[in-house]
Amino acid sequence: MLRKIRIVAACLFFAGITLLFLDFTGAVHLWLGWMAKIQLLPAVLALNLGVVVALALLTLLLGRVYCSVICPLGVMQDIVSWISSRRKGKKNRFSYMKEQKWLRYGLLGVFIVLLLAGLTSVASLIAPYSAYGRIATQLFAPVYGWCNNLLAAIAEHYGSYAFYPTEVYLKSLPLLIVAAVTFIVVVVLAWRGGRTWCNTVCPVGTVLGLLSRFSLLRPVIDTDKCINCGVCGKRCKASCIDTKNHTIDYSRCVVCFDCIENCNGGAIKYKARFHRGKENSGQAGHDGGRRAFIAGTALLAGAVTVEAKKTKLAEGVARIEDKQVPPRKVAPVPAGSGSIKNFHTHCTACQLCISKCPNGVLCPSAKFDTLMQPEMHFDKGFCRVECTLCSNVCPAGAIRPVDSPADKSAIQIGHAVVIPENCVAVRDGVHCGNCARHCPVGAITLVPSSENPTVRIPAVNPEQCIGCGACEFHCPARPVSAIYVEGHQVHKER
Amino acid sequence: MTCRKGPKGEDVSLLGYGCMRWPTITNGEGKTVIDQEQVNALVDHALEHGITYFDTAPMYGQGESERVTGNALSRHPRSSYTIATKLSNQRTDWSKDAAIKMYRHSFEALQVDYIDYYLLHSVGGTSGNLDCMEVLKQRFFDNGMFDFLLKEREAGRIRYLGFSFHGDQQVFDHLLAMHDEFRERGNHLWDFVQIQMNYVDWRLAQTRSQREVNAEYLYGELARRGIPVVIMEPLLGGRLANLPQHDADQLLQRTPGASPASWAFRFCGSHPGVLTVLSGMTYMEHLEDNLATFCPLDPLTERDFAMLDAIAADYVNHPLVPCTDCKYCMPCPYGVDIPGVFSHYNKCVNEGFIDEDRQDPHYRKARRAYLVSLARNLNLLQQAGHCIGCAQCVQACPQHIAIPGTMRRIDAYTEQLMSDTSPL
Repeated sequence: MLRKIRIVAACLFFAGITLLFLDFTGAVHLWLGWMAKIQLLPAVLALNLGVVVALALLTLLLGRVYCSVICPLGVMQDIVSWISSRRKGKKNRFSYMKEQKWLRYGLLGVFIVLLLAGLTSVASLIAPYSAYGRIATQLFAPVYGWCNNLLAAIAEHYGSYAFYPTEVYLKSLPLLIVAAVTFIVVVVLAWRGGRTWCNTVCPVGTVLGLLSRFSLLRPVIDTDKCINCGVCGKRCKASCIDTKNHTIDYSRCVVCFDCIENCNGGAIKYKARFHRGKENSGQAGHDGGRRAFIAGTALLAGAVTVEAKKTKLAEGVARIEDKQVPPRKVAPVPAGSGSIKNFHTHCTACQLCISKCPNGVLCPSAKFDTLMQPEMHFDKGFCRVECTLCSNVCPAGAIRPVDSPADKSAIQIGHAVVIPENCVAVRDGVHCGNCARHCPVGAITLVPSSENPTVRIPAVNPEQCIGCGACEFHCPARPVSAIYVEGHQVHKER
Repeated sequence: MTCRKGPKGEDVSLLGYGCMRWPTITNGEGKTVIDQEQVNALVDHALEHGITYFDTAPMYGQGESERVTGNALSRHPRSSYTIATKLSNQRTDWSKDAAIKMYRHSFEALQVDYIDYYLLHSVGGTSGNLDCMEVLKQRFFDNGMFDFLLKEREAGRIRYLGFSFHGDQQVFDHLLAMHDEFRERGNHLWDFVQIQMNYVDWRLAQTRSQREVNAEYLYGELARRGIPVVIMEPLLGGRLANLPQHDADQLLQRTPGASPASWAFRFCGSHPGVLTVLSGMTYMEHLEDNLATFCPLDPLTERDFAMLDAIAADYVNHPLVPCTDCKYCMPCPYGVDIPGVFSHYNKCVNEGFIDEDRQDPHYRKARRAYLVSLARNLNLLQQAGHCIGCAQCVQACPQHIAIPGTMRRIDAYTEQLMSDTSPL
């Protein structure tokens, strides 16, 4: 029974968080945004004390249910491990292993040192939630997007507006590689050894393990009833049941209840630490909720085979070359970040904001010290004054909530810089003014060019400019925009 | 000042002064009152530049317009101006006594012993559950006011009798049928008629509002009978002075120095049956601008009329862009898919997916359909926002579409939908 509850809860959480990462309509976060906010590492970085204390209490009370229900990477490993165990003769493939203390605590130490050194993005390589975020957004989302586009094409054929296409493109090659490597490592470890990752690499698992040693409720083997069949140890994906000594390493147990359900003698009970009483006989288990997984996995596997539908290009459209990155010194970060430093020390690079950005402005960084963390590029869109989505979904406090568009329009994340010689007014002698016309705060004035007074080029009032990038996005100059946003180290209020 | 011939052959300035919107100041008691000093200056300036027609009514300026206008005008010889006022009994009771009291008060307030143009004010409306014909009957005919006013005209205290029309065509037709009957008996009835006319209401009044009558019909019926026409609302309540940017741009392109308002006045003034075009000029700048338009009036050409027709159509209902997808404009050097933008927009217009009103229950569906179809048909860089307005395409277009202006309008609409950040 307990196992079934665990599986259903894990399914709901896993599906919810995955959907949160895959959704591009901007609707899901309104319902499921909290699922990201209750993840441990982001909550710690955001100094979200309520969540941290609640998770600590939960672990002290029930053990590491966080790892088997709330953590999407943990549930993903359970799915992989379960598929692996369905193979012939692999049902009882685990055996007790000693705790890899040095590796576990060593990695936790390195992780903490990196965090303190401000290299959050590097530390986050082994952080479970953001690792899953990268896997979901880089590996699952394209499949989701292609499936959606196929449906959209079908809908379009029948004149329906039920689905609309989304652009699927490679945002960052390094990020894709990191996500793919993480995915392969986690899948291989889970396929072979169940929860190896969680009990040797994962810093969150190690921290929660410290607490779960003292959890009130935990599985206990009743030696009177135990028939020494050893099934519990062979089925334990955390490899933490020492069947010879009838002991369980609670720091590694993720309370999946598999042992309780599989125990032939009904000897294992989930009970309170100080409980002294006679145990009753156990009951046989049954596969529940697994069909949902089979269906889900089949869907994902099938989806990979679907080809992407190419965007139609109207005939006679001029080829417009892609813009090159302008010579900016500081890539701006979204309003709500406060400063570049605050942003980089809090962001776990989970990609949630990037997947949610409705304007395509946020892109994963390819620089080493900010690897995979979002930065703002204005070739796919600009940061709309009305939109505060990224600030509302960020679970790690890297982008703190901006309450209203009015608040956002007061935050200067950077300022526009003009390169007069690139301006089409100077180069082609045409009238343009696209930058000034699209500026939401009226910070751009058109002035006569100093070289050729008959044409007018933009001039920026940096006191007014908020760095939204509408000018850069709409600038027709190529390959380098004639106006671009230079980020501010510390955001200002105007 | 361009002049027209009045009912008896005298000169009437084609620009008439509407006295409904006099400038106001806050007096010592904190009340907003008409600024007599400014009114005097405006009236002096107007008379000096040949405006002779002043139109007021007992209900204008919270009942103060007649008095203030009278104060200003009475400083000049009575022969230098003509005054129009009205029987504004639509909101008072409809008895003869109340009406005559209002009529007599106009003489007193205007400090005159005859009124040049006297109008039955705003006929054609309904009141409570009375229909328009019943209201007309009760306001002017059952109480004997109509007969009274005819006698006053015979006595010379009213020089010309007319009516101002707002509303149901039935009333307009009825009053003109009466005019025809009078004519058959060798008399005449209406010396002039005041109607709402401007280049939008000319043919699209009914499109704009079910209750309106197209000015083309009203003017046509009056001109056919040789009844001089006084124009009110030449700017459609000022809205034609403040056109959407893309429409204003078209007008500026044609005549860079001329205000959008001047085009609206020229439209009215270009019709030969028009006696005078009323403009409620609150500020000296309005007066100056209008004087420039009317001294002398430069009549519109056929091409100008066609352009204003197009702007009117655009103004009324975001019409289809007349793009035939011939692609002569392509390729756009800045990558905009011009026919693609227009065909997407036209499709949304045709399917009824243009809806700017967020309160409208249909809005969410329309917004989704518009943006979904946009994402399907155009990538970001091909959309209207990337038009820089270089206008290289304009000459290539056989349909003479003002492509940059239309692009800006479509971009403005798209931006408006995009700035609504709620999920699709």
